[in-house]
Amino acid sequence: MKPLGRFTKWLIVLGLLHGVVAGAGFFAPYGPGEQDREHPYVPPARIHIVDAQGRFHFRPFIYGRQWRDDSFEQFSEDKAKALPVRFFVSGARYHLLGVLPCRLHLFGTESGRIYLLGSDAYGRDQFSRILHGGQISLLAGLLGTGLTLLLGASIGTMAGYYGGWRDGLLMRLAELFAALPWLYLLLALRAFLPLAVSPVEAFLLVIVVIGTVGWARPARLVRGVVLSAKERDFVRAARGFGASGGYLLRRHIMPATSSVLLTQAAILVPQFVLAEMTLSFLGLGVPEPVPSWGNLLATLEQYSVLVSYWWMYLPALAIVPFFLGYLGLASALQEGAEAYKMEERRAGSLR
Amino acid sequence: MGLAVLSTAGAIVAPPVPGFSPQTNPNEESLVLPGEIGRSGGRLVVSLRAEPKTLNPLTAVDAPSREVILGAMQADLIHINRATQLTEPALAKTWEVSDDGLQYTLTLRKGLRFSDGHPLDADDVLFTFRVYLDESVHATQRDLLIVGGKPITVRKLDAWTMVFQLAKTYGAGERLFDGLAILPRHLLEKPYEEGKLGQTWTLSTPASQWAGLGPFCLKEYVPGQRLVLKRNPYYWKSDTKGSRLPYLEELVFVFVPSADAQVLRFQTGETDVISRLSAENFAVLSRQQRRYTMTDAGPGLEYNFLFFNLKDAGEKTSPEIVRKLKWFRELRFRQAISSAIDREAIVRLIYQGRGAALWGPVTPGNRRWLNDSVAHPTRSLERSRRLLTDAGFSWTKGPSGDSVLVDSDGKSVEFSILTNSSNADRLKMATLIQDDLKQLGMRVEVVPLEFRSLIDRVTQTREYEACVLGLASFDADPNSDLNVWLSSGGTHLWNPSQPRPATKWEADIDRLMEQQLATPGYELRKRLYDRVQEILADNQPMIFLASPDILVGAKNTIGNFHPAVLEPYLLWNVEQLYMRSSAESAGR
Repeated sequence: MKPLGRFTKWLIVLGLLHGVVAGAGFFAPYGPGEQDREHPYVPPARIHIVDAQGRFHFRPFIYGRQWRDDSFEQFSEDKAKALPVRFFVSGARYHLLGVLPCRLHLFGTESGRIYLLGSDAYGRDQFSRILHGGQISLLAGLLGTGLTLLLGASIGTMAGYYGGWRDGLLMRLAELFAALPWLYLLLALRAFLPLAVSPVEAFLLVIVVIGTVGWARPARLVRGVVLSAKERDFVRAARGFGASGGYLLRRHIMPATSSVLLTQAAILVPQFVLAEMTLSFLGLGVPEPVPSWGNLLATLEQYSVLVSYWWMYLPALAIVPFFLGYLGLASALQEGAEAYKMEERRAGSLR
Repeated sequence: MGLAVLSTAGAIVAPPVPGFSPQTNPNEESLVLPGEIGRSGGRLVVSLRAEPKTLNPLTAVDAPSREVILGAMQADLIHINRATQLTEPALAKTWEVSDDGLQYTLTLRKGLRFSDGHPLDADDVLFTFRVYLDESVHATQRDLLIVGGKPITVRKLDAWTMVFQLAKTYGAGERLFDGLAILPRHLLEKPYEEGKLGQTWTLSTPASQWAGLGPFCLKEYVPGQRLVLKRNPYYWKSDTKGSRLPYLEELVFVFVPSADAQVLRFQTGETDVISRLSAENFAVLSRQQRRYTMTDAGPGLEYNFLFFNLKDAGEKTSPEIVRKLKWFRELRFRQAISSAIDREAIVRLIYQGRGAALWGPVTPGNRRWLNDSVAHPTRSLERSRRLLTDAGFSWTKGPSGDSVLVDSDGKSVEFSILTNSSNADRLKMATLIQDDLKQLGMRVEVVPLEFRSLIDRVTQTREYEACVLGLASFDADPNSDLNVWLSSGGTHLWNPSQPRPATKWEADIDRLMEQQLATPGYELRKRLYDRVQEILADNQPMIFLASPDILVGAKNTIGNFHPAVLEPYLLWNVEQLYMRSSAESAGR
């Protein structure tokens, strides 16, 4: 039971992380596109509980901001203006999980704005943008993985089960796909598309692209599993009893590939999230003002941002817990599958 | 215009240089420049954004070529002082204008020599203008020299005097001569007669086959890395103590493709000066200035603007595009957008306060021509909404609960704004405008595009909806923007190269611009150009946004450093720049 425990632990961690991102509207104090033109590049707010006079406050607060003398690019705290942090405040309208209209936010301030992780060039809240950006990046990763596994599993099964020239053709195709310089292909592809692409179209395009690029590896793994599975005794026996190809695939062979597919999924999701980030970073993903982790990082292309505003790096950190979670899940899955195989082998030798 | 840059000019044979020492020439009428007395020697390293494509002034169209050729290697007859923005004598010692304004009599300085030692006389000037005006040469300067539909004619009076005859009065005619490099007849006559002039003076030309009248002459070119110029020993300017300029021994242009890389090179001390800085990079450099000084030279002449495609819908245009073109042609639609744009935010967020909001094409940096009476309405979404309602637009509830602007047919207002991807400032402007217009219920997409394909779309295929661009006049005079305001001009961006003006106000602008061109006095021309600015403000073919300050920096060791707001910002007085000795600069 121990490996399963590890597995659930990782699953809970990932569930929580995804929950926060899925409920971005609630957890983020502001909408991702809301600009505050008086406050570009505000550093992350310091949350105080002791004020300038040394008095303790039960409710945490932040100080307002003011331009540093004759500067349009640096702020200092305005000690005269304390903004208490309120919880469960009513703010900008959003749709929880894309359907439920709602105005409630986890935290916020009554006047002024709180920038937990600083603000960007247009005075947009980084924290809100990271959460909302996660929705795009993670959804792209998950849907892309689904598409890839669907393609990989069907192509791999077909190649493994039918064998012969079909196997040869499909595997050569897989090799071709694995060898394609897909990043450059994408740049070329983008040039053929119409000029203005709406965020939804761009998002679908990204998913289709990363989904169709990565199927070669899972297809080969599935093919291997199918090859060995179709020669197993119980499969041969079933065939001897007159089972059809479709029945064999559905009942005996496909289930054997499930552990490979699950492990692949756990490995591919972070990879594809990274792929989405790369595309958006290069300006091939969703366009402004819609955030994604990739285009949040794109501002770092500018040297002045790189050396002046350290909080613009924070979106890069956001992906770390997610990646840890997925890789932990993948190794737990793999261990589980191996333990299962060992048991099976022991059982086999007893017979 | 990329005329066979790769071919070599091996056929030209340099004539023998007369034995002559540059330091002993009592008859030379050199130009004495006031200013700080400098120290001879040293080298100045400047970064260029791209390699110059050619060293041939006839074919140079790209900015790096022009900067190198006109800024450092060649000289003109009459020059516009970049600091005072007024004309002053250069190779021509004096000039006279006839009473009818049609004849310009120019007298050359005597005893001047090209950088190879060959003397200069009126025949060189005659040859130069023959070449510029020869249609088969396709010189980029030709259009400038056609006044009143006829090319300028040149006649020689004696070895030092020429008469230029114009077909029509041309306001500020002497400004025409600025930037027209005088070419050496002894080197270029043969290739001209052979019809190979376009192919000469490429970057691979050996230094011995090149000659000019500018402060520096060709020394070495290393493809992809640098262009090295050395001091012209025969240069015709001297300082008040009588020593021959330039002070610098060498001028090196290194090719650094990106703005950020230029900043890094400057920071590490590899280059000595830097210009065309963005406000952000200026702030970064200012924060840590030690061996260098950063200067805000004030508002420049660059104006950034948003414009809509005002072309006529052709027969093959899809109904969707026709509908959009109809919105764009609606004056109240453009006025509403202008009124909704937060120009102050553009200046604050993009230029960090180092710039000025604009309501017309003439920037505060160009005081002589700015029309102060053009209104500066503050941002008002209220007024925008009223204008849109008057024009038949209305608002409905969109699917996600926000209000959506729809036209009289109930179609929602959506369009895309192009901008060049290499310019982070304009990309930001477009993003701010996108948010401003969202508040009016318009859905706007921002489309960054590589510069060349953008220009192609705007001026050739005209398949775009709106665009954010900037133009920088090369001179403070209105004539430098002639091709922008004339409806027949190729840079008349919203509807370029029209056979005849499409609207009445464009015809009015055409008439006023032609009229000011033919008017000699400043006062009268100013009144005419003021009217042009008013018509532009009334009709909003371009929605003017903001103008950045000219931000530059230089090492503390550079003397006589006086940046100007006209190009070339730093090198306009390159002959006077000098390197202070280390002891001198340590004292600062």
